[in-house]
This record gives sequence, C-alpha cells and structure tokens, in this order.
Amino acid sequence: MTSSMMFNIATFSYLVSMLIFFAFLATKVKGVGLAGSLASYFGFIVHTTAIVLRWKESYDIGHGHAPLSNLYESVTFFAWTIILIFGIIDLKYKYRVVGAFVVPFALFGMAWAQLGLSSGIEPLVPALQSNWLLYHVITCFLGYAAFAVACGLSIMYLIKAGQEGSADSTAQAGGVISMFPSIKVLDDLNYKAIMVGFPLLTLGIITGAAWANYAWGTYWSWDPKETWSLIVWFVYAAFLHARITRGWVGKRAAILSIVGFAATIFCYLGVNLVLSGLHSYGGR
Amino acid sequence: MTNSNRGFLQALWDFFCSLKLAISLLILLAATSIIGTIIPQGQLRPEYLQTISQAKLKLYSTLGFFDMYHSWWFMLLLYLFTVNIVACSIKRLPRVWKIISEPTLVMTDSFEKSLALTHDFKPGGDAATLRDKMVAFLKAEFAAPVVTEHDGEYHLFAQKAPYSRLGVYVVHLSIVIIFIGALIGSFFGFKGFVNITEGGSVSAVQTFSGQRINLGFSVKCDDFKATFYDTGAPKEFRSVLTVTDNGRVVIDKRPVIVNDPLTYKGITFYQSSYGQAEEGGLFHFTVRDRKGGAPVKISAGYGEKKPLPDGSMMQVLEATQEVSQFVPQFNGPAARIEVTPKGGQPLAFIVFRNFPNFDEQRGGAQIFTYDGSDEKMYTGLQVAKDPGVWVVWTGCFMMVLGCCMAFFMSHKRIWVRVRKGHVTIGGGASKNPAGFQILFDELVDKLKKQ
Repeated sequence: MTSSMMFNIATFSYLVSMLIFFAFLATKVKGVGLAGSLASYFGFIVHTTAIVLRWKESYDIGHGHAPLSNLYESVTFFAWTIILIFGIIDLKYKYRVVGAFVVPFALFGMAWAQLGLSSGIEPLVPALQSNWLLYHVITCFLGYAAFAVACGLSIMYLIKAGQEGSADSTAQAGGVISMFPSIKVLDDLNYKAIMVGFPLLTLGIITGAAWANYAWGTYWSWDPKETWSLIVWFVYAAFLHARITRGWVGKRAAILSIVGFAATIFCYLGVNLVLSGLHSYGGR
Repeated sequence: MTNSNRGFLQALWDFFCSLKLAISLLILLAATSIIGTIIPQGQLRPEYLQTISQAKLKLYSTLGFFDMYHSWWFMLLLYLFTVNIVACSIKRLPRVWKIISEPTLVMTDSFEKSLALTHDFKPGGDAATLRDKMVAFLKAEFAAPVVTEHDGEYHLFAQKAPYSRLGVYVVHLSIVIIFIGALIGSFFGFKGFVNITEGGSVSAVQTFSGQRINLGFSVKCDDFKATFYDTGAPKEFRSVLTVTDNGRVVIDKRPVIVNDPLTYKGITFYQSSYGQAEEGGLFHFTVRDRKGGAPVKISAGYGEKKPLPDGSMMQVLEATQEVSQFVPQFNGPAARIEVTPKGGQPLAFIVFRNFPNFDEQRGGAQIFTYDGSDEKMYTGLQVAKDPGVWVVWTGCFMMVLGCCMAFFMSHKRIWVRVRKGHVTIGGGASKNPAGFQILFDELVDKLKKQ
C-alpha cells in the first residue's frame, strides 16, 4: 500500500470520526462518543504509518528526507499533531465532546492536502538540507496543534457561555450544549492547552533562529515569517499574563485564544501565500 | 524630596510595575509588528515606489515604516517592554522569595482555614510516637519534613519543587539577556557580504551598512560548483575555500555549502549566492559543414564577433552552467549564440554541451556543437561576526528552562499538626489544584490504612 492511499484512509477516518461526534452531540449516547474517539484513533494509527511510509518512500526514490519539507507534507503533519494533542486530552480528561470541535481542524487540513496540494516527493533544496528542519518543524507544529485544540475549546466556551447568558433559551438549545464540559472546565482546558503550546512555540522559534544562524549567520532578520511567529508569541504571552489579572478570564481569554490561533494560521499559511520571504514553499 | 515629587515617582513606579502595561505592550507590539510584514522593508524597489503616491511615501518614511523594526518608536516599545519586565519582577520577586526561603512552618487554626485541602483524624497514641510516624510517612511518601514544636504541639512542614515559583522570573530574565546579546552583536559584531571569483582571494569585506572591514587574513575561492536536480531545482552550492593568515595556509581547501559554514577567528562565511564572473571566460565551439569537411574549433568571449570558415560571423549572447532552470527538458551547460550569414539576417539559437547532435535538427548549413567554457564563476558569501550570539543562546536556553519550570512544575506543600491525639493534614499547590487534590487524597488514604 502506498503512503498516499493511507493518507486517504486517514482522511476518511477523520471524516467518519467527525460525523460520529456530531451524532454524539445529537444523541448523547456514551457509546457513540467512544466510537467517535476510536475512529479518530484508527485514523491516527493509519496516518502515523503513512508518514513513516512516505519517509521510507523518499529514501527509495533516492531523495531521503523526513516528510516535512513542502506544504503538502507540513499540512498532513499538522493534522497529525492536532489528532495527537486531541488524543492526549481525550485520554486524560475524558471530555469526548471536545472531538466535535477539534477533529474538524484535522479533517479540513487533510482534505485540503489530499485535494488541493501537490503530493509529489521532491528533493530538498540546499537551505532545507539540515537536521534543524526536523527539530524546527516538529516543535512548531506541536505548538500550533495545541493552539488549534485551545481554539476549539474556546469556541465551545463562547457557545456555552453565550447560552448560559441567555437563560430563556435553555429549553431549546440545552440539549446539545448540556453535553459540553462546564465553562470552568473549558476555560481551564483552554489555559492548559496554551500552557503546553507556548513552550513548544518558544522552542520552535528558538530552533528556527538557531537554524537561521547556522545557515546564513543571522538568528533574527525580521523576515515576515519570523515576525509573525513573534506576533503569535506576543498574543499568547498576553493571554498567559491576562490569566493572572481577574478581568481577563473566561470570555476575553477565549477570544484572545481564538485571535491567537487566527494569527497562528496566518503565520503558517498566510505568510507563505500572501507575503514573501524565506519560507516560500507555499507559493509554489 | 517634596511630597508631590515622591507621589510622581511612586506613580511612575506603579505604572511600570503594572500587569496592565505588560498586556498592553504585548498586544501593541504584536499589532505594530504587522506593519513591517506588509510594507516592504529596507531598500525599496522602483516597481513598488511606482505603486504608491508621494503623500503616502512621505508619511511612511516619516513614521519609519520602511525600516520599522529599527524605528525610534518600535525601539521605544521594546525598551518600555524591558523596563516593564524588570520592574514587575523586582516588585514581585521578594514576596516569592520569602515563600521559598521562609516557609510557614506552623499550621495555626487561622492558617488551616486558608488552606484549600485539609483532613483531620484521630489515630490514637502519644504525641511523640505520632510525630515520628508522621515524619517517616512524609519522608517516604512526599518529602522530608521540618519539625517544629509549638505550645506542646508538633508541626511538620514538607514541600516539593519550591524553586518552580521562580520559573516566571527566569523567563523574564532570559528576555533581558537575549536583548543584551542582541546589543552586544550590534555593537561589536558586523554582518556583510563578499563575492570571490574562482581563483581570486579577498582580505576585506563590505558590511550591509556600507563599511569596509579588513579581515586580517585572506580567503581564496579555489572552486565553485552549483549542481541541480533533474527538475531544475538546486541541489547544492559548493565553494572550496582556503584561508591564509600571515602567509601561512590555516584552512586548506575546505568545502563550504549551505548549512555548513566556515569559521575562522570568530568570523563566519556562509554560502549564500553565486554568479558568473564578469571578467575573462572563453566559450568553445566546434563548427562543421553539413556537406562534410573537417570540423573547425572556435573560441569566443562574451559579445565578441568571430568569423566562421564560410564568412559568416558568430557571437555568444548568453551562457549558463545549468540549462535545466530555463529549459527543463535539457541539462548541463548551454550557450545561446547568434550567427549572421554574409549579407543575411542574424539568427539566434541554443546549443547544449550534453546534446552534441541537437543542432543537426535545426537544419542549418553549419552544425554547431558546444564544447563548454572556461569562464569563471564567483561565489557570494555572507560574512558575519557576532560575539553576542552565545549570550543570546544562553538567554534562549533559560527561556525554555523557565517555561518548563513555570508551566510544568508546581510548588507542593503539606503541613501536619499533631495535637491531643489528633492529626491534621493540610496542603496546597501553586498550580494545577485538581492534580494536587488527587495526590492529597491518596496521601490521606495511605495514612489512614497505616
């Protein structure tokens, strides 16, 4: 079986997982929630195998590099890290319903990669021929994935908090939303996800700086990608500090978390597709 | 000092210590940083200048938007940010340090009420036995306790990871250290570039700010080679460099590629660009008549007109070492030449070194083959000296360490009081109260089973 077939199976599993999670929202049957998690775990295992297989395939062709070098490879890896972080939260805290808001991010990424991006295994251009590629990409994307999960949790928070705010509508919408963890738990999980993501992003920026210094002698050159990673860092640093002051928990923290993820996505994709710079793989 | 003066200073201090200022600065820095990613920075291209109006150009340059990250107001924001970090830390550190260095050893009744988790039970036995039992228990299950005797009661205090409370301040300090490292680099280092033609050598470089810097040694480029994949994408840029210091060769024919720079005496040379050297260089061709006859060898420099045996003239328009970037179906060196027959119109076409029979298909009276060139390449090297870089890495290391301390570690504390046959246990943690509750409940369970 080829890696691209396995990527397709993983994508399909995430689609099934998402639909089951939606059914879980509607039915509130525990077994349905478990099935949703299991579908995403199955997808994750296939996805992991696909990444390893693609790695091997690149060696078979003679290019020999980790599957992290172009937009297709990075999007599929990003989806993988999102499911990984979701899995950890799912196993640790057992709030199944979170899957309905996190798995779609991974599914969207995979669907885009499978349908819209060129999946050819390309050889590495000189600048990418470095072990730093591995350290830099893995740390960055684990951080991004934690922020994606935090964003999903924040959306849940805003829905739940909004519904609790308007007490008269409880009879109507209460069904689905009553499944959500309490807003206190959502707020706490949002904070925890960012607490994991922030050090990873920091490490990602540092490994990027170290790589840049090694490759061309400047650890920081205010290139758009670098600047945007710093912007993301500033936003989440503001979030973490805002947690200490009382006025910034809850809704405002949730909004800041969503703004942070929007900035993260722009840092990842927008910079490549809209602005120009050193990380130009997205433009092609 | 007058009262109003003191009031002002106090207000200023409070302003710089405030967390609101920190959040505002972080958001302001994030928002303003966007400008420089949208508006081009540094040297402006003429195409860009044509797209914006004079008024806009004037406004942008007055606001420093074209070199935004070095503009006075952005620098000011960064300095304010630094002062804010330092002030915040100075204000809060003594209190945190007191918690670490002078822990509350005695659990009074009022202190007990302030704790989130407490448990009381009556195991029976005399006070000294209970005390020893509790000391052994804490030592085995949590951490070695400090025992204090107070009004005939025994108080035990044990803690884990008290220094994790300093994590935040380690991160704050690391930012200041990184800034110091950046300043050292900008004052005592330089960044520049140099082009060296194959066979040539240099002993000075040009900085990006236009200064000429004498290296104190010389760097020679023995060879430069660019190789490409079949797709035309670059595979490797390789310069072979030799460093001579005081007439002695100190580094002999060291290959330098992207991601593998050469460092000598704190100055590092990075492979960054290349091109064809302007001077010299001859292109070699073989020309034969389609009707037969002995082939003739011709060599010509750029733009030089050379007569051919049949009386027409040829010249080299352009040449490349690797044609696949331009004509993906072919690879290797190629030259575009122009042939002007006697009294006829000039005709331009491409000949490829790796495909010597290609020109036959053109159908011309004369068939050309390209034998290659002995033109010279130059290698473009970035040159950097940054004595502050190790300070920056130290700061980065501290930042990661501080983040881990601040986010993943928690200061856990347990108090035990032995009073009239009663044992009271209380506890708290600086982070993750839910996680600590599980630990606390387990401890209480184990204690009861003893």
